[in-house]
Amino acid sequence: MKLITERREISSALFRFSAPIISIGVALFVAGFLLLASGVNPLDAYREILIESLGSVYGLSETLVKTTPLIFAGLGVSLAFRMQIWNIGAEGQIYIGAMAASGVALFSGIENHWLMLLTMFLAAFTCAGLWAGVAGFLRARWQVNEVIVTLLMNYIAILLVDYLIYGPWKDPKGFNFPLTAQFSDTARLAQYFDTRLHSGFFLAVFAALVLYLFMERTIWGYEIKVIGSNPKAARYAGMKTGQAIFLVLFLSGAIAGIAGFCEVAGLQHRLQHGISPGYGYTAIIVAWLAKRSAIGVLIVSFLMGVLLVGGDSLQLLWQLPVAFVYAFQGLILFFLLASDFFIQYRIKLVRGTSNA
Amino acid sequence: MLEILLDATVRAGTPILFATLGAIINERAGIINLGIEGLMLIGALAGFAGTHISGSLLVGVLAAFVASFVAGSIHAFITVQLRGNQIVSGLALTMFGIGITALFGKQMVGLTIDGFSRVAIPGLAKLPVLGKAFFNQDLLIYFSFLLVAAIWLFFYRTRWGLALRTVGENPAAADTCGVSVSLYRFLAVTIGSGFVGIGGAYLSLASTPMWIENMSAGRGWIAVALVIFASWSSPKALLGAYLFGGITAMQLRFQAMGTTVSVHILQMLPYLFTIIVLVISTMRLQKGASQQPESLGLPYDREDRK
Amino acid sequence: MPDFLQIEHIRKTFPGVIALDDVSFSVAPGEIHTLLGENGAGKSTLMNVLTGLYHPDRGAIRIAGQKVEFTSPRDSLTQGIGMVHQHFMLVPAHSVFENILLALDNVPNLFSRKKYKTAIKQLLDEFQLDLDLDCPVWKLSIGAQQWIELIKLLMRDCRLLILDEPTAVLTPQETDRLFKVLRRLKDQGKSIIFISHKMREVMDISDRVTILKKGRSITSLKRGEYDEKQLAALMIGADQIPEWQKNLQLSQQIALDIQELSVRNDRGLPDLENFSLKLKKGEILGIAGVAGNGQKALAEVLTGLREASHGRIMAAGQDLNNSSARHSYIAGIAHIPEDRKSIGIAPDMSIDDNLIMKSFKSAAFTRGFFQDKKSIRRNALEKIEQFAIKSGPDGTPVRYLSGGNIQKVIIARELSEKPAVLVALYPTRGLDIGSAEYVHKVIADGAHEGMSTILIAEDLDELLKLSDRIAVMFRGRLIGFVDPQQTSREQIGLMMSGETGNTNGGAA
Repeated sequence: MKLITERREISSALFRFSAPIISIGVALFVAGFLLLASGVNPLDAYREILIESLGSVYGLSETLVKTTPLIFAGLGVSLAFRMQIWNIGAEGQIYIGAMAASGVALFSGIENHWLMLLTMFLAAFTCAGLWAGVAGFLRARWQVNEVIVTLLMNYIAILLVDYLIYGPWKDPKGFNFPLTAQFSDTARLAQYFDTRLHSGFFLAVFAALVLYLFMERTIWGYEIKVIGSNPKAARYAGMKTGQAIFLVLFLSGAIAGIAGFCEVAGLQHRLQHGISPGYGYTAIIVAWLAKRSAIGVLIVSFLMGVLLVGGDSLQLLWQLPVAFVYAFQGLILFFLLASDFFIQYRIKLVRGTSNA
Repeated sequence: MLEILLDATVRAGTPILFATLGAIINERAGIINLGIEGLMLIGALAGFAGTHISGSLLVGVLAAFVASFVAGSIHAFITVQLRGNQIVSGLALTMFGIGITALFGKQMVGLTIDGFSRVAIPGLAKLPVLGKAFFNQDLLIYFSFLLVAAIWLFFYRTRWGLALRTVGENPAAADTCGVSVSLYRFLAVTIGSGFVGIGGAYLSLASTPMWIENMSAGRGWIAVALVIFASWSSPKALLGAYLFGGITAMQLRFQAMGTTVSVHILQMLPYLFTIIVLVISTMRLQKGASQQPESLGLPYDREDRK
Repeated sequence: MPDFLQIEHIRKTFPGVIALDDVSFSVAPGEIHTLLGENGAGKSTLMNVLTGLYHPDRGAIRIAGQKVEFTSPRDSLTQGIGMVHQHFMLVPAHSVFENILLALDNVPNLFSRKKYKTAIKQLLDEFQLDLDLDCPVWKLSIGAQQWIELIKLLMRDCRLLILDEPTAVLTPQETDRLFKVLRRLKDQGKSIIFISHKMREVMDISDRVTILKKGRSITSLKRGEYDEKQLAALMIGADQIPEWQKNLQLSQQIALDIQELSVRNDRGLPDLENFSLKLKKGEILGIAGVAGNGQKALAEVLTGLREASHGRIMAAGQDLNNSSARHSYIAGIAHIPEDRKSIGIAPDMSIDDNLIMKSFKSAAFTRGFFQDKKSIRRNALEKIEQFAIKSGPDGTPVRYLSGGNIQKVIIARELSEKPAVLVALYPTRGLDIGSAEYVHKVIADGAHEGMSTILIAEDLDELLKLSDRIAVMFRGRLIGFVDPQQTSREQIGLMMSGETGNTNGGAA
């Protein structure tokens, strides 16, 4: 007796829509054992996550605060993934965006509030875009593996920010802490309801809608989809794939860079170590769970926001390391990939050779 | 001075060497494994915990191999049996590795063990310049030398190795010769992962005999890049790993000498250097003589109609 | 003598396609049994079932009367079945020796290279073959690569050999040599399944012929029970064949002037060398040659997929190789690629999207930077009707279409812009006769309207029927031209193997 697999004629619609939910469910189940092993009752932990992130206005606002950078980074990553370009560097791009915006906020001396914000935004957008564009250029010109380049550049970006805040940009009045000075009010985004929720969130939702239109309705979106579906066919149709690779990585990085802008202008109001606690990596899960769709990114980012806020409280309550959330995210991805299989294949039992 | 630097080079290069060798075994079978970083951490923690509990370094190394083997089997199952996306699965493995080692490593933080100590090889250790760096080292380093040779012999002098290479080049050809593509791929991923784990264990058992959260600090990614530099060959992996060991050693030396250059800038060097090397080796790859396994990254589905 | 192999009522389906439906036939020891059928009749699928690559949905396979069930190629190999696939199962980067060695059973894990090399050399000598065992396979000609495949089977002493269109890559002379070897193997008592759709060869070598049509086995006939006409009628059946006529008034205007074009491949070897020809307006120029002699490189450089290392492509007085006109030219040239699924379509996208792949920026399908979904849909509906594409529900990804329908989508797209030049590679490969004739009609009709075609095909009959002039290629070079009205198959065959022919039909 042997198990063999067969491609389904039409992928199972039921599986397709339920797969992300089932994956999260199974991941929660398995993660429960990890929690048990570290002496935490998983049911208590999950209840705590929900209460902390959704149980109060403050909790909800914190969830949205964490959702904001995830939306931007998730959008950027999905844009690249759509074209089968693996931008794993959203984390570094966030740092570069934050760095560029901070540079403008601290040193430009612009006094008009809107002009200041616009300049910060553009600086973050452009610098992060170019940062990712390096990988795009290398990939387009010499087929250099963009996964490795974008990833290694994360380490460089973080060290670059460290260099600035330990060195030239350090606040002279900061008691030698590795921080820049606080931004003036001109360089801050509006905050609402006496919480930390800032206008960056609405910008993120707006960006998702724009990106949705871009992908589904414009000729550029069409081009990206063709290249993603079959780069050889795109070349054969006369599309300039090299140029498209550079532009898409630029845009992908630029959008992730806006997350950095929002974090410093809306939340931290200064540049410091740990601007992003791994939003750029979580964005990969967001993109994959959302099946690379812009609207999907909105929803999944919120779910991940819940998880991150909940994760923080687990850390406080049971001294679980923050990185535990990564283990959980890894599990979700594993199960999602596994579920993809059942969307496309079915399993059959057959009898083996009878007289071998 | 040169002796000290060479010695530091070999010691800094060894964890990357193990990881690169493991990654080469993966990729030779056609599977991209971006979980190397996570596997190193799993190996580092398992190695440390194994040694701490048993008091034996050998048990620690075996624990590192087994733990990474098991973790690698997740990636193997998803990419081989389920034909899932290799890139995403590898990233998931790295995240999982970072997370789970942070979780279970919490109790290990601050504990100490007796790490690997040097064993001089009589005669050879006395060689000028090279003697100290290569023949007055710990056992794991000697093991890495053996592994480099063994992998080369395996690939080019055994039928299993031939089958493995064929699986990575043209799985359909292997399949029609009666070679089980999925079995070879599965074992290449898991055993390769095991060696990556030993690379991690080198960090926690020899480099700095303790457990630190996220102690691999990007070495796994450097290893992934080095596979291309090494054009999927184990002797060249040795060269590449020591090149990076050298950069790291020099960088640390500069720091110790108290230069005016920022520590953070110095720390960037290995990553920057990796990117440059990656670009150069990829350009060389383009100019013909491609060593890249032809089916790298492609799932094999026997009934997929072309 | 009892049959070595019996196949009973095999059925195999793929998503959306019934590839095999109730196929039965048998092969005796010492018999050459030909499977005859047009492209898409299910021959290759059947053989993949027989070698354990595909698992049949229904039906039985018996070896020497015993029922067997194959779940992997290994099962089939252990029963003594071996196959030379149409797409060779070789590793180009490995040496000839390594490729053969892997196919052998019972090789110890740490093997003696010397011992196995001697054994292989003995076999090579027996069949008077000259192969350098240490040479990497990619350096060898396609014909030589096919011999490696055969050697693999002979080394493991297979009792049943399957050869899937082995002559497609051979010159007529090489084919004779292969047939000699096959007859010798037959005399040794081996069973051979020979697959072809070339009637001449079938008449020559078969002891028995089984005809496959649309996935069914129609009938099996013994030698002497059939003649060429009968077989053709059985194979084709009552397909409707659209009518078309050759364009007889050729203009003297030059559409494309290719001058001393050379192309190198990734490994630095010349794929195309010093290639010159002038293509007239409205002309159909056939290119004959054994597969792998530079045809693909020619098509790719003409359509802008590859860059020439030397030479010029002149159209309307401009060098299109390196000028800024290149991109608009590429968009304007029509190309029916060899490897349809891998470069012709975006498999995950709908027919609508695939049909506009080359014209998605044109005003007809856009409003500013936005796509005009309505006109894109309208265009699709038009083309689906015009080219009789069986498309499935709206929005179905084209990957789920059958080969013939995918080919129609590509042709519909390529010809919709009224191109000046069409480069068609094996445009009817894998199509049933009806669809193939439809493609011929489209090309011939285009010629009437002034479209010039470079037609690359492996089937000499197709070339002779359709072309105004035939150029023969060998090892990336142009050997000469022939006039389809005056030439013979033998003459073309000789030229295909590199013998310089006369150029009576050419010299434009």
